[in-house]
Amino acid sequence: MNFLHNYIYYIGAFGLIFIGIFIMISKRNYIKVIIGLSILDTGVNLFLISVGYINNGTAPIFSKSAIESKNMVDPVPQALVLTAIVIGVAVLGLALSLGIRLYKHYGTLNLQKIKEQRW
Amino acid sequence: MRKVIGIILLVIIAWGIIISLQNVPFGTSRTEVADHYINKGIEETGAANIVTSVVVNYRSLDTLGEVTVLFLAAIGLGAVLASTIRKKEDRDTEKASLILSTGCKFLFPFILLFGAYIFIHGHLTPGGGFQGGAIIASAFLLMYLGCHKEKRINETGIIISESLGGLVFVIIGLIGLAVGTRYFLNNFLPKGEFNTLWSAGIIPIIYIAIGFKVGSELSKIIDLLMEES
Repeated sequence: MNFLHNYIYYIGAFGLIFIGIFIMISKRNYIKVIIGLSILDTGVNLFLISVGYINNGTAPIFSKSAIESKNMVDPVPQALVLTAIVIGVAVLGLALSLGIRLYKHYGTLNLQKIKEQRW
Repeated sequence: MRKVIGIILLVIIAWGIIISLQNVPFGTSRTEVADHYINKGIEETGAANIVTSVVVNYRSLDTLGEVTVLFLAAIGLGAVLASTIRKKEDRDTEKASLILSTGCKFLFPFILLFGAYIFIHGHLTPGGGFQGGAIIASAFLLMYLGCHKEKRINETGIIISESLGGLVFVIIGLIGLAVGTRYFLNNFLPKGEFNTLWSAGIIPIIYIAIGFKVGSELSKIIDLLMEES
Protein backbone atom coordinates (compact mmCIF):
# COMPACT_ATOMS: atom_id res chain seq x y z
CA MET A 1 0.00 0.00 0.00
CA ASN A 2 2.84 2.32 0.84
CA PHE A 3 4.40 1.52 -2.51
CA LEU A 4 1.18 2.49 -4.29
CA HIS A 5 0.92 5.71 -2.34
CA ASN A 6 4.45 6.73 -3.20
CA TYR A 7 4.53 5.74 -6.83
CA ILE A 8 0.96 6.24 -8.04
CA TYR A 9 2.01 9.14 -10.30
CA TYR A 10 4.78 7.10 -11.88
CA ILE A 11 2.45 4.14 -12.36
CA GLY A 12 -0.11 6.32 -14.10
CA ALA A 13 2.47 8.02 -16.29
CA PHE A 14 4.14 4.78 -17.34
CA GLY A 15 0.74 3.19 -17.87
CA LEU A 16 -0.03 5.87 -20.44
CA ILE A 17 3.42 5.45 -22.02
CA PHE A 18 2.98 1.68 -22.34
CA ILE A 19 -0.52 2.04 -23.76
CA GLY A 20 0.86 4.48 -26.33
CA ILE A 21 3.76 2.22 -27.34
CA PHE A 22 1.48 -0.81 -27.56
CA ILE A 23 -0.98 1.04 -29.81
CA MET A 24 1.85 2.22 -32.04
CA ILE A 25 3.22 -1.31 -32.40
CA SER A 26 0.03 -3.31 -32.79
CA LYS A 27 -2.44 -1.11 -34.68
CA ARG A 28 -2.56 -0.98 -38.45
CA ASN A 29 -4.50 2.18 -39.08
CA TYR A 30 -2.36 5.30 -39.47
CA ILE A 31 -4.78 7.49 -37.50
CA LYS A 32 -4.67 5.02 -34.59
CA VAL A 33 -0.88 5.12 -34.67
CA ILE A 34 -1.05 8.91 -34.38
CA ILE A 35 -3.46 8.57 -31.44
CA GLY A 36 -0.94 6.24 -29.79
CA LEU A 37 1.81 8.79 -30.36
CA SER A 38 -0.33 11.44 -28.69
CA ILE A 39 -1.04 9.22 -25.66
CA LEU A 40 2.69 8.43 -25.38
CA ASP A 41 3.43 12.16 -25.46
CA THR A 42 0.95 12.82 -22.65
CA GLY A 43 2.47 10.04 -20.55
CA VAL A 44 5.98 11.43 -20.93
CA ASN A 45 4.79 14.91 -19.95
CA LEU A 46 2.99 13.52 -16.89
CA PHE A 47 6.12 11.63 -15.86
CA LEU A 48 8.31 14.74 -16.12
CA ILE A 49 5.82 16.77 -14.06
CA SER A 50 5.61 14.11 -11.36
CA VAL A 51 9.41 13.92 -11.09
CA GLY A 52 9.40 17.54 -9.92
CA TYR A 53 6.58 17.12 -7.43
CA ILE A 54 7.03 17.87 -3.73
CA ASN A 55 4.59 16.37 -1.23
CA ASN A 56 1.89 18.94 -0.37
CA GLY A 57 3.59 21.44 -2.67
CA THR A 58 2.18 24.55 -4.33
CA ALA A 59 2.67 26.00 -7.81
CA PRO A 60 5.88 28.06 -8.14
CA ILE A 61 4.12 31.42 -8.38
CA PHE A 62 4.56 34.21 -5.83
CA SER A 63 1.08 35.65 -6.30
CA LYS A 64 0.70 36.42 -2.59
CA SER A 65 3.40 37.37 -0.14
CA ALA A 66 2.21 34.69 2.29
CA ILE A 67 3.35 31.88 0.01
CA GLU A 68 6.56 30.29 1.22
CA SER A 69 9.23 29.24 -1.21
CA LYS A 70 9.94 26.13 0.86
CA ASN A 71 6.82 24.26 -0.33
CA MET A 72 7.08 25.04 -4.02
CA VAL A 73 7.38 22.28 -6.58
CA ASP A 74 10.32 22.14 -8.97
CA PRO A 75 9.81 24.72 -11.76
CA VAL A 76 12.34 23.26 -14.21
CA PRO A 77 10.33 20.18 -15.35
CA GLN A 78 7.27 22.38 -15.76
CA ALA A 79 9.19 24.70 -18.07
CA LEU A 80 10.50 21.71 -20.03
CA VAL A 81 7.01 20.22 -20.33
CA LEU A 82 5.74 23.56 -21.62
CA THR A 83 8.27 23.12 -24.41
CA ALA A 84 7.36 19.48 -24.95
CA ILE A 85 3.63 20.17 -25.29
CA VAL A 86 4.21 22.71 -28.05
CA ILE A 87 6.60 20.38 -29.87
CA GLY A 88 4.01 17.61 -29.48
CA VAL A 89 1.36 19.74 -31.18
CA ALA A 90 3.79 20.50 -34.02
CA VAL A 91 4.60 16.80 -34.48
CA LEU A 92 0.89 15.92 -34.41
CA GLY A 93 0.10 18.46 -37.12
CA LEU A 94 2.95 17.26 -39.32
CA ALA A 95 1.93 13.60 -38.87
CA LEU A 96 -1.68 14.38 -39.79
CA SER A 97 -0.59 16.25 -42.91
CA LEU A 98 1.52 13.24 -43.92
CA GLY A 99 -1.61 11.12 -43.37
CA ILE A 100 -3.54 13.32 -45.81
CA ARG A 101 -0.80 12.85 -48.41
CA LEU A 102 -0.70 9.10 -47.77
CA TYR A 103 -4.44 8.79 -48.28
CA LYS A 104 -4.39 10.82 -51.47
CA HIS A 105 -1.56 8.77 -52.91
CA TYR A 106 -2.54 5.23 -51.92
CA GLY A 107 -6.25 5.55 -51.24
CA THR A 108 -5.96 3.78 -47.89
CA LEU A 109 -4.73 4.46 -44.39
CA ASN A 110 -4.13 0.80 -43.56
CA LEU A 111 -0.36 0.51 -43.19
CA GLN A 112 -0.37 -3.22 -43.97
CA LYS A 113 -1.78 -2.57 -47.43
CA ILE A 114 0.90 -0.01 -48.28
CA LYS A 115 3.91 -1.86 -49.61
CA GLU A 116 6.63 0.44 -48.28
CA GLN A 117 5.10 0.64 -44.81
CA ARG A 118 4.57 -3.08 -44.13
CA TRP A 119 6.65 -4.82 -41.48
CA MET B 1 2.29 -11.77 -33.83
CA ARG B 2 2.73 -8.02 -33.60
CA LYS B 3 0.85 -7.96 -30.34
CA VAL B 4 3.10 -10.65 -28.85
CA ILE B 5 6.22 -8.74 -29.92
CA GLY B 6 4.74 -5.58 -28.44
CA ILE B 7 3.94 -7.20 -25.09
CA ILE B 8 7.42 -8.77 -24.83
CA LEU B 9 9.03 -5.38 -25.60
CA LEU B 10 6.88 -3.64 -23.02
CA VAL B 11 7.66 -6.20 -20.32
CA ILE B 12 11.39 -5.69 -20.91
CA ILE B 13 11.03 -1.90 -20.75
CA ALA B 14 8.86 -2.10 -17.61
CA TRP B 15 11.40 -4.34 -15.88
CA GLY B 16 14.18 -1.85 -16.62
CA ILE B 17 12.13 1.05 -15.34
CA ILE B 18 11.18 -0.74 -12.11
CA ILE B 19 14.84 -1.60 -11.49
CA SER B 20 15.99 1.96 -12.05
CA LEU B 21 13.22 3.80 -10.18
CA GLN B 22 13.13 1.50 -7.16
CA ASN B 23 15.46 3.50 -4.98
CA VAL B 24 14.56 6.99 -6.11
CA PRO B 25 12.60 8.83 -3.41
CA PHE B 26 9.42 10.49 -4.54
CA GLY B 27 8.31 14.01 -3.65
CA THR B 28 10.86 14.90 -1.01
CA SER B 29 13.51 17.21 -2.40
CA ARG B 30 14.24 19.61 -5.21
CA THR B 31 17.41 19.92 -7.23
CA GLU B 32 19.92 22.67 -6.52
CA VAL B 33 19.07 24.42 -9.79
CA ALA B 34 15.41 24.58 -8.79
CA ASP B 35 16.34 25.96 -5.37
CA HIS B 36 18.37 28.70 -7.01
CA TYR B 37 15.53 29.58 -9.41
CA ILE B 38 12.97 29.71 -6.61
CA ASN B 39 15.04 31.61 -4.04
CA LYS B 40 16.87 34.03 -6.33
CA GLY B 41 14.35 34.19 -9.19
CA ILE B 42 12.47 37.22 -7.93
CA GLU B 43 15.47 39.48 -7.48
CA GLU B 44 17.16 38.31 -10.67
CA THR B 45 14.20 38.48 -13.05
CA GLY B 46 11.37 40.27 -11.23
CA ALA B 47 8.70 37.82 -12.41
CA ALA B 48 6.20 36.40 -9.89
CA ASN B 49 5.72 33.24 -11.95
CA ILE B 50 8.94 31.25 -11.59
CA VAL B 51 8.10 28.95 -14.52
CA THR B 52 7.89 32.02 -16.77
CA SER B 53 11.21 33.32 -15.50
CA VAL B 54 12.77 29.93 -16.29
CA VAL B 55 11.20 29.78 -19.77
CA VAL B 56 11.78 33.36 -20.87
CA ASN B 57 14.77 34.51 -18.84
CA TYR B 58 17.06 31.72 -17.68
CA ARG B 59 16.45 29.41 -20.62
CA SER B 60 15.22 31.80 -23.27
CA LEU B 61 17.63 30.43 -25.85
CA ASP B 62 15.76 27.14 -25.46
CA THR B 63 12.51 28.96 -26.06
CA LEU B 64 13.92 30.56 -29.21
CA GLY B 65 14.78 27.07 -30.45
CA GLU B 66 11.31 25.83 -29.55
CA VAL B 67 9.62 28.64 -31.47
CA THR B 68 11.89 27.75 -34.39
CA VAL B 69 10.75 24.11 -34.21
CA LEU B 70 7.12 25.21 -34.32
CA PHE B 71 7.93 27.46 -37.28
CA LEU B 72 9.65 24.58 -39.09
CA ALA B 73 6.65 22.33 -38.43
CA ALA B 74 4.32 24.93 -39.94
CA ILE B 75 6.60 25.25 -42.98
CA GLY B 76 6.86 21.47 -43.33
CA LEU B 77 3.08 21.12 -43.12
CA GLY B 78 2.68 23.74 -45.82
CA ALA B 79 5.28 22.02 -48.00
CA VAL B 80 3.70 18.57 -47.58
CA LEU B 81 0.20 19.80 -48.31
CA ALA B 82 1.02 22.33 -51.01
CA SER B 83 2.10 19.76 -53.57
CA THR B 84 -1.22 17.92 -53.51
CA ILE B 85 -3.38 18.64 -56.51
CA ARG B 86 -6.29 20.79 -55.47
CA LYS B 87 -9.50 19.66 -57.07
CA LYS B 88 -12.20 22.27 -57.14
CA GLU B 89 -14.99 20.12 -55.91
CA ASP B 90 -18.00 21.85 -54.55
CA ARG B 91 -19.52 19.45 -52.11
CA ASP B 92 -23.03 20.55 -51.40
CA THR B 93 -22.73 21.26 -47.73
CA GLU B 94 -25.46 22.99 -45.85
CA LYS B 95 -24.80 26.41 -44.47
CA ALA B 96 -24.60 26.64 -40.72
CA SER B 97 -27.74 27.86 -39.03
CA LEU B 98 -28.13 31.51 -38.08
CA ILE B 99 -27.86 30.82 -34.35
CA LEU B 100 -24.59 28.91 -34.77
CA SER B 101 -22.88 31.44 -37.03
CA THR B 102 -24.07 34.44 -35.00
CA GLY B 103 -22.92 32.78 -31.79
CA CYS B 104 -19.48 32.13 -33.28
CA LYS B 105 -19.13 35.70 -34.46
CA PHE B 106 -20.23 36.93 -31.04
CA LEU B 107 -17.76 34.73 -29.15
CA PHE B 108 -14.80 35.31 -31.48
CA PRO B 109 -13.57 38.70 -30.10
CA PHE B 110 -13.98 37.54 -26.51
CA ILE B 111 -11.83 34.47 -27.08
CA LEU B 112 -9.20 36.68 -28.72
CA LEU B 113 -9.35 39.00 -25.70
CA PHE B 114 -8.95 36.07 -23.33
CA GLY B 115 -5.91 34.81 -25.26
CA ALA B 116 -4.35 38.27 -25.16
CA TYR B 117 -5.00 38.46 -21.42
CA ILE B 118 -3.29 35.10 -20.91
CA PHE B 119 -0.12 36.07 -22.72
CA ILE B 120 0.12 39.61 -21.38
CA HIS B 121 -0.15 38.35 -17.78
CA GLY B 122 2.26 35.49 -18.34
CA HIS B 123 4.72 36.73 -15.72
CA LEU B 124 2.08 37.07 -12.98
CA THR B 125 -0.41 34.21 -13.38
CA PRO B 126 -0.29 30.70 -14.85
CA GLY B 127 -0.13 30.97 -18.61
CA GLY B 128 2.02 32.72 -21.12
CA GLY B 129 2.74 33.11 -24.80
CA PHE B 130 2.28 29.52 -25.83
CA GLN B 131 -0.99 29.02 -24.00
CA GLY B 132 -2.37 32.39 -25.13
CA GLY B 133 -1.37 31.62 -28.70
CA ALA B 134 -3.18 28.29 -28.53
CA ILE B 135 -6.32 30.03 -27.24
CA ILE B 136 -6.16 32.54 -30.11
CA ALA B 137 -5.81 29.69 -32.61
CA SER B 138 -8.86 28.03 -31.01
CA ALA B 139 -10.84 31.20 -31.78
CA PHE B 140 -9.92 30.83 -35.46
CA LEU B 141 -10.84 27.14 -35.31
CA LEU B 142 -14.25 28.10 -33.95
CA MET B 143 -14.75 30.47 -36.88
CA TYR B 144 -13.81 27.74 -39.36
CA LEU B 145 -16.10 25.17 -37.80
CA GLY B 146 -19.05 27.44 -37.09
CA CYS B 147 -19.18 29.91 -39.99
CA HIS B 148 -18.76 27.41 -42.79
CA LYS B 149 -16.02 28.88 -44.99
CA GLU B 150 -17.63 32.30 -45.10
CA LYS B 151 -14.49 33.88 -43.82
CA ARG B 152 -10.90 32.87 -44.31
CA ILE B 153 -7.83 34.05 -42.48
CA ASN B 154 -6.03 36.92 -44.13
CA GLU B 155 -2.77 35.24 -45.19
CA THR B 156 -0.74 38.44 -45.37
CA GLY B 157 -1.80 39.36 -41.86
CA ILE B 158 -0.73 35.94 -40.59
CA ILE B 159 2.68 36.22 -42.24
CA ILE B 160 3.21 39.77 -40.95
CA SER B 161 2.27 38.98 -37.35
CA GLU B 162 4.35 35.81 -37.31
CA SER B 163 7.42 37.53 -38.73
CA LEU B 164 7.03 40.49 -36.37
CA GLY B 165 6.83 38.15 -33.39
CA GLY B 166 10.03 36.35 -34.31
CA LEU B 167 11.79 39.60 -35.19
CA VAL B 168 10.93 41.25 -31.87
CA PHE B 169 12.21 38.21 -29.98
CA VAL B 170 15.57 38.16 -31.77
CA ILE B 171 16.03 41.96 -31.77
CA ILE B 172 15.41 42.17 -28.01
CA GLY B 173 17.94 39.40 -27.56
CA LEU B 174 20.49 41.28 -29.67
CA ILE B 175 19.90 44.52 -27.73
CA GLY B 176 20.57 42.53 -24.56
CA LEU B 177 23.80 41.37 -26.14
CA ALA B 178 24.82 44.95 -26.88
CA VAL B 179 24.10 46.58 -23.50
CA GLY B 180 24.70 45.58 -19.91
CA THR B 181 26.49 42.37 -19.02
CA ARG B 182 26.66 41.32 -22.68
CA TYR B 183 24.96 38.01 -23.07
CA PHE B 184 22.19 37.02 -25.44
CA LEU B 185 18.66 37.75 -24.17
CA ASN B 186 20.00 39.65 -21.19
CA ASN B 187 17.21 41.20 -19.07
CA PHE B 188 18.30 44.82 -19.52
CA LEU B 189 15.06 46.70 -18.82
CA PRO B 190 14.23 47.95 -15.29
CA LYS B 191 12.50 45.31 -13.16
CA GLY B 192 9.69 47.58 -11.98
CA GLU B 193 7.45 47.01 -9.00
CA PHE B 194 7.04 43.35 -8.08
CA ASN B 195 3.75 41.62 -8.90
CA THR B 196 2.36 44.39 -11.13
CA LEU B 197 1.79 44.36 -14.87
CA TRP B 198 4.76 46.66 -15.58
CA SER B 199 7.44 44.48 -14.08
CA ALA B 200 10.01 41.83 -14.94
CA GLY B 201 11.86 43.76 -17.66
CA ILE B 202 11.83 42.08 -21.05
CA ILE B 203 9.71 39.07 -20.03
CA PRO B 204 6.24 40.49 -20.92
CA ILE B 205 7.51 41.91 -24.21
CA ILE B 206 9.01 38.59 -25.27
CA TYR B 207 5.90 36.71 -24.18
CA ILE B 208 3.67 39.03 -26.21
CA ALA B 209 5.90 38.41 -29.24
CA ILE B 210 5.72 34.63 -28.63
CA GLY B 211 1.95 34.87 -28.26
CA PHE B 212 1.58 36.55 -31.65
CA LYS B 213 3.97 34.10 -33.26
CA VAL B 214 2.43 30.93 -31.82
CA GLY B 215 -1.12 32.15 -32.42
CA SER B 216 -0.49 32.90 -36.06
CA GLU B 217 1.46 29.68 -36.63
CA LEU B 218 -1.23 27.46 -35.12
CA SER B 219 -3.92 29.38 -37.04
CA LYS B 220 -1.93 28.79 -40.21
CA ILE B 221 -1.75 25.05 -39.44
CA ILE B 222 -5.53 24.96 -38.86
CA ASP B 223 -6.08 26.89 -42.09
CA LEU B 224 -3.95 24.46 -44.11
CA LEU B 225 -5.63 21.38 -42.63
CA MET B 226 -9.15 22.77 -43.08
CA GLU B 227 -8.39 23.68 -46.68
CA GLU B 228 -7.56 20.07 -47.43
CA SER B 229 -10.62 18.51 -45.88
